[in-house]
Amino acid sequence: MPSLNYAAPATVDEAVKLLAGASGLAKVMSGGTDLLVQLRSGRLRPDLIVDTKKLPGIMGIRQEAGGFVIGAATPGAVLEADAALTKAWPGVVEAMDLIGSTQIQGRASLAGNLCNASPAADSVPALFAAAAIAVIVGPNGKREVPVEQVPTGPGRTSLAKGEFILEFRLPPRPPHSSDAYLRFIPRTEMDIAVVGCGICLTLDAGGTCTAARVALGAVAPTVLLVPAAADALIGHKLDDATLARLDAAAQAACKPIDDKRGTIVYRTKVAGVLARRVAAIAFDRALGKTSAKTH
Amino acid sequence: MSKHHVSAVINGEPTEFLCETQQTLLDVLRDEIGLTGSKEGCASGDCGACSVIVDGRLICSCLMLGCEADGTAITTIEGIAQGDHLHPVQQKFLEHAALQCGFCTPGLIVASKALLDENPNPTEEEARYWLAGNLCRCTGYDKVIRAVMDAAEVMRGEKAA
Amino acid sequence: MNYIPSDLKVVGTRPVRPDGVEKVTGRAQFGADMRMSGMLWGKVLRSPHAHARIISIDASKAEKLPGVRAVVTSKDFPHIASEEAFVGEGPMNFRDLSRNCLAWDKALYEGHAVAAVAASTQAIADAALALIDVKYEVLPHVIDVEDAMKDDAPILHEDLFTAGVTPTPSRPSNIAKVVTFKKGDAEAAFKSADVIVEGRYTTKPVHQAYIEPHACLCSYNADGQVTIYSSSQGHFMVRAYCAKLLGIEIANIRAVAMEIGGGFGGKTLVYLEPVAIALSKKSGRPVKMQMTREDVFRASGPTSGATIEVKLGAKMDGSIVAAREILKYQAGGFPGSPIGPGCMCGFAMYDLPNVDVVGYDVVSNRPKVAAYRAPGAPISSFAVESAMDDLARKLNMDPIALREKNGARNGTKTHYGPTHQNIGFLATLEAAKNHPHWKAPLKPGQGRGIACGFWFNIGGESTAGCHIAEDGSVVATSGSPDIGGSRASIGMMAAEVLGVPAEHVRTVIPDTSSIGFTHVTGGSRVTFATGMAVTQAAERTVEDLKRRAAQIWEIPVEAVEWKDGKAFPAGSNAGAFEPLDLAALAMKAGRTGGPIGFEVSLNAQGAGPGFGVHIADVEVDKETGAVKVLRYTAVQDVGKAIHPSYVEGQIQGGAAQGIGWALNEEYIYDKNGKMDNAGFLDYRVPVASDVPMIEAVMVEVPNPRHPFGARGVGEVPIVPPMAAIANAIRSATGLRMPDLPMSPPKLRAALDAAARTSSA
Repeated sequence: MPSLNYAAPATVDEAVKLLAGASGLAKVMSGGTDLLVQLRSGRLRPDLIVDTKKLPGIMGIRQEAGGFVIGAATPGAVLEADAALTKAWPGVVEAMDLIGSTQIQGRASLAGNLCNASPAADSVPALFAAAAIAVIVGPNGKREVPVEQVPTGPGRTSLAKGEFILEFRLPPRPPHSSDAYLRFIPRTEMDIAVVGCGICLTLDAGGTCTAARVALGAVAPTVLLVPAAADALIGHKLDDATLARLDAAAQAACKPIDDKRGTIVYRTKVAGVLARRVAAIAFDRALGKTSAKTH
Repeated sequence: MSKHHVSAVINGEPTEFLCETQQTLLDVLRDEIGLTGSKEGCASGDCGACSVIVDGRLICSCLMLGCEADGTAITTIEGIAQGDHLHPVQQKFLEHAALQCGFCTPGLIVASKALLDENPNPTEEEARYWLAGNLCRCTGYDKVIRAVMDAAEVMRGEKAA
Repeated sequence: MNYIPSDLKVVGTRPVRPDGVEKVTGRAQFGADMRMSGMLWGKVLRSPHAHARIISIDASKAEKLPGVRAVVTSKDFPHIASEEAFVGEGPMNFRDLSRNCLAWDKALYEGHAVAAVAASTQAIADAALALIDVKYEVLPHVIDVEDAMKDDAPILHEDLFTAGVTPTPSRPSNIAKVVTFKKGDAEAAFKSADVIVEGRYTTKPVHQAYIEPHACLCSYNADGQVTIYSSSQGHFMVRAYCAKLLGIEIANIRAVAMEIGGGFGGKTLVYLEPVAIALSKKSGRPVKMQMTREDVFRASGPTSGATIEVKLGAKMDGSIVAAREILKYQAGGFPGSPIGPGCMCGFAMYDLPNVDVVGYDVVSNRPKVAAYRAPGAPISSFAVESAMDDLARKLNMDPIALREKNGARNGTKTHYGPTHQNIGFLATLEAAKNHPHWKAPLKPGQGRGIACGFWFNIGGESTAGCHIAEDGSVVATSGSPDIGGSRASIGMMAAEVLGVPAEHVRTVIPDTSSIGFTHVTGGSRVTFATGMAVTQAAERTVEDLKRRAAQIWEIPVEAVEWKDGKAFPAGSNAGAFEPLDLAALAMKAGRTGGPIGFEVSLNAQGAGPGFGVHIADVEVDKETGAVKVLRYTAVQDVGKAIHPSYVEGQIQGGAAQGIGWALNEEYIYDKNGKMDNAGFLDYRVPVASDVPMIEAVMVEVPNPRHPFGARGVGEVPIVPPMAAIANAIRSATGLRMPDLPMSPPKLRAALDAAARTSSA
C-alpha cells in the first residue's frame, strides 16, 4: 500500500528542497481545507505533503512600504481580525471571509484558495481586482508575479515544481480608493459561488472613477479580469448609464458552463447584477460613506 | 513510513499518540485517543459535527491532519465542562431543549463557546452566520439560537445562570 | 383519556431531559462510538453504474491482501423468497431488502452494494475494495418517473408486473402498482363546477439528511449468538430484519439501541447490519461499519421524486364539488414508494363529496426510497395546497376561509375510507387566522402564503416498564429508541401517574433481550403508544403500591388512596396512618410481595391524526431569484403537549426540512445516472442563517383515546412548508412555481419569462 509522507519544514530552503526533490507527487499544505477533502475523496493521491505553516513569515500580516504583506498561509480569521487591513482592503478581507464556515476560516488561506485554482474561488476575484502580487519561492529563488498569472485553468497553476507562494503584497492605496466583493449563492452561507465579482477602484475628490479593476469568478475556466468592465467605470461617476454599461460588459465577458451550481444563462445575468451591486459598494466605500460588511 | 509520534495538550491534559499521515485529527481523537464526542458527519468540512478548538481557533477536526497537532492545545467537547460544572452554553442548551437527537450538539456547543469567547454580545444574525457551519437537521435552529443568546447574557453577567 | 389537564403536575411542564447532560458533554454513545477488542473494519464496494448486470465478482486478490479477514457478497446471504411484511409506515419485501443490502444479479442504482470486506484497518479495507474485480454489463438506465413509465423504458425487473390493474399485464413494467381511491363521481361533478383550477407539479428526490451516517458494530459468536450495536429507529426491527435476511433465530440476536443521530424515517430499515453480521461470521471477529456521507446520499433511502396533477372544481361560494389527483412516485430500485399515503393525505383535511385519486408506484435506477417524515404526504400536499391557493385567488376568497369552508370536521368521511373523529383541523385554522402573523403588514417585494397538512399518526405495538428501586427511585423503561427527546416524555408520564417530580424518574431504552417487543420509532407513535404503555405500567404499579400499603396497614385496599407519590388512608375511618412514600414502600417490598414494578406490552389503538397550518412570509430578490424566508409560523393540533419544548422542537424541525425541500434540496443526476451532488456542499440543507425563528403554535384538541390526550406530532410539520413557501412566492411575485425546488435560477427564469410575456 502506498504510504503518504508528511514534513513540516522550518526554513524556506528546506521546503523548496523537499518539493523540488520529491520523486512522486508533492503537495503544499497551508490550511488543508481543500487538500484534505481531495485526499479523502481520492481525487488526489500525493506521496508527500509539505506543511508550510512553520516557515517564518508565512503566517501573519504586516505593513511595509505603505502597503500590506500577508503571509501566504495566514488563516482567513486572522485577516478578518486585522483592523488596518480590513479598513484599507475591505473587499479582499470580505472575499476571504466568505469562504466556507467559521471553522473553515480558522484554517483556509489566500494561497490555498488561489493555488487550488477553482474557477469559483471567492478570494481570487478580490485579489485580482486589488492587483495583488504573489511572492513565489522555488529552486530558482524568489520571483514576484501579479496574482492573475498564477491560476491557468481549473486546478492548474503556473507554479513550477518546487515552487510555492510565500506571501502576498497589496500595494499602497491612493486616497478615495476602496474595494468590494460579492458572490451569489443559493443559500445564505456554505455554498460555492455561482458567480463572484470583485471590484477595486480609485475616485477623484469629485467622485469620478480614475482607476478600476473588475474581476469575475465562476463564469470561466479561471477567474477573469475584465478590462472592458473597468473601462465602463473609468472616467465616470456611478450613474445609471455607467451601471448599464458595466452590467453589459460583465455579461459579455462570461464564458460559464452549465453545472450543478448554475446555468450559463443564469450565471451570465447574475454577473451583471453583481457587478452593479459591487460597484455601488466600492464607490460608497471610496467616498468614505460606509464600511458596513456586505453580509 | 512509520507512524508520527505526536504530543499535544488535549483538554488541558498532555497527550501523546501515534498516527499515520492520512489520519485526520478527527480520526485520531475518535479512534486512537477514544474521545468520541466529536462526530463524523461528512468528513469534508461541510457539517461542523467534528468542531474543535485548536490554539484558540475554531476548526473542523476532519480538515486537519493528526500529525499537525504536534505542539498544539486542543479543546474538544469533552473539555467544555469543568468537572461537573457545565458551561453556560451547555446549561442553556439543556434548558431551551436546543437538542433533539444530540448528534450535532457537541459541534454546536464548541462552536457556540468559540463565538462567545470572541464576541460576547452577538446579535441573532451574527450568531446564525457564525454557526452556519454547524448543520442541524432536527431543531430548525430556533432553540439553538435562543440558547446561545441566553448563554451570552449569563456570561456577560446580565442575568443569573 | 383519564387525566384532567388542570390537575397535571408534570405533564405539560419542561424539565431537562434525562439524557441531556450526556448529550451536551459528548458522552452519549452513538452508533459509531462503540468499539470491541479485536474488532475489524468493514467497508462496502458499491456499483459505479446506475443499471448493470453483475456478470462476475472475483474477490481472490482482495482476500489475499494482508489484514483482510473476510469478503462477502450476496452469495453469503440465503436467497430468500419474496415475502411482504407490514412494518412501520409501509410494506417491506424481505427479498428486496436482502437484494438491496447486497446485490444479487443486478446493480439497480449507482451506489448499490455489491460486496463487502472486513480488515484490520480502514485503510486496508479500502485497499481491498479496490482489488475486488467486478464484471458488469452496463445497461441503459432510467431515473425520471415519467420516463420510467414509458413503454420503451429500460426494465429493471423482468418479474415485475403492474399490480392493481385488471387484467394483470403480461409484459413486465416499471410500474409496480396502481392504487385508486374514489368517492362519489368526480368526473360528473366537475361539470357542475363554477370554477376549475388545474395544475401539474413536479418534485425532485430529497434526502432525510440526518447528520449521523449509518453505523453499526456486530459480533457473531461461534455459537450463533449475535450482538448488534447500531443506531436505528427500531432495534427490534434491526433484530427481526437481520434474523430474516440471514436465517438466524430471533432470540439469538441481541440488538442494542445506541443513541441515534437523526432518522426521520431513513433509519427504519437496515443497510449495514446484515452485512456486518455476515462479515463477522466469516471472519470470527466483531466488525464495525459506518457509511460515508457519500454512501448515505448514494445508497440509503432518499424519498421519491414525483409528478402530480391536481384538478379542483368549486362553486362560487367556495364549496369544492370535485377533486382529482394523479400521482406518480419514484420507488427507486425496488417497488415501495409511499404512493398510498400520498394518495390519501392530499385531500384528507377536506370534506369533499367527489374525489378521484390515482397513484403509480414506479421503479427507476436510484436508491430504494425509505420513509421520510410523513412519507408521501409532503409531495401530495405541495400540489394540492398550491392548487387550493390558486382556487382561492380565482374565487377571490381568503385562503383560510376557503379551507374553513371545506374543512374536515368530526364525522367527515375521508375519500380513503375512515371517518374523522376528535380532530382539530378547524381549531388550527382558527388559531392561524387569529395569529398576529396573518395580519402583519408586508413590504413591496414580500409575499405571504399559507398551506395545510395532515398525517394519520399510528399506534401499534409497544412495551414499557415502570420499576421502583430499593430506595424508592424510579426507572422507566421504553422499547422505543429516542430520536427526538421522547425519553423525557415517557418518564414524565410515569412521574405524573406515580405523583413524583419528573427528575425522580430515569428513562432508559433496554436492548431487545431486556424488554418486550416494540415497533419502530416512526409514524409519530412513541409518545402515543409507548406513552400509553408506560402510563399503564405506572398505573399498575400504583395499584400494587396501594395493595402493599393496605397490607402494611392491614386495611382493605379500597381504603387506600394514592396522591402526590404517597399512599394515604382514604378518610379518617380508614385509620390514622402516616402516609407511605415510594421509599418507605420499597423498603418493605420483600415483605409485601417482592420487587415492585410492571412491564406492559400493548397494541395501541386510537392514534389521533394531526393537522397543521403554516404561514410563511418571503422576500424575493427579483434580479437573482433568491428567496429569503422572513417569518414562519406553524400552527398544529398536538392533542396534549406532554413536554411542550420537544413538541415545539418537532414542529420547528419539520418546518425547516420542508423549507429546504421547497427552496434548494434536490438530487442532481448526471447523464450516466450518477448523483452529482453527494455531499453537504452541493446537497443544500438549510443552515442557521437560512431560516428565521420558527414560531410553533400548539393547539390542544385532545385525543380521547390516549390517557393524557396526546397525538403524534413529529410528521405533520413537514407537510405544509413547500406549498406555504410556493404560495408566498406567488404572493410576492405573481408567479406560480410548480416545480421543486424553487431555486434561484428557476425563479429568475420564471420572472424573465413573465416579463417577456407582459411586454409582448
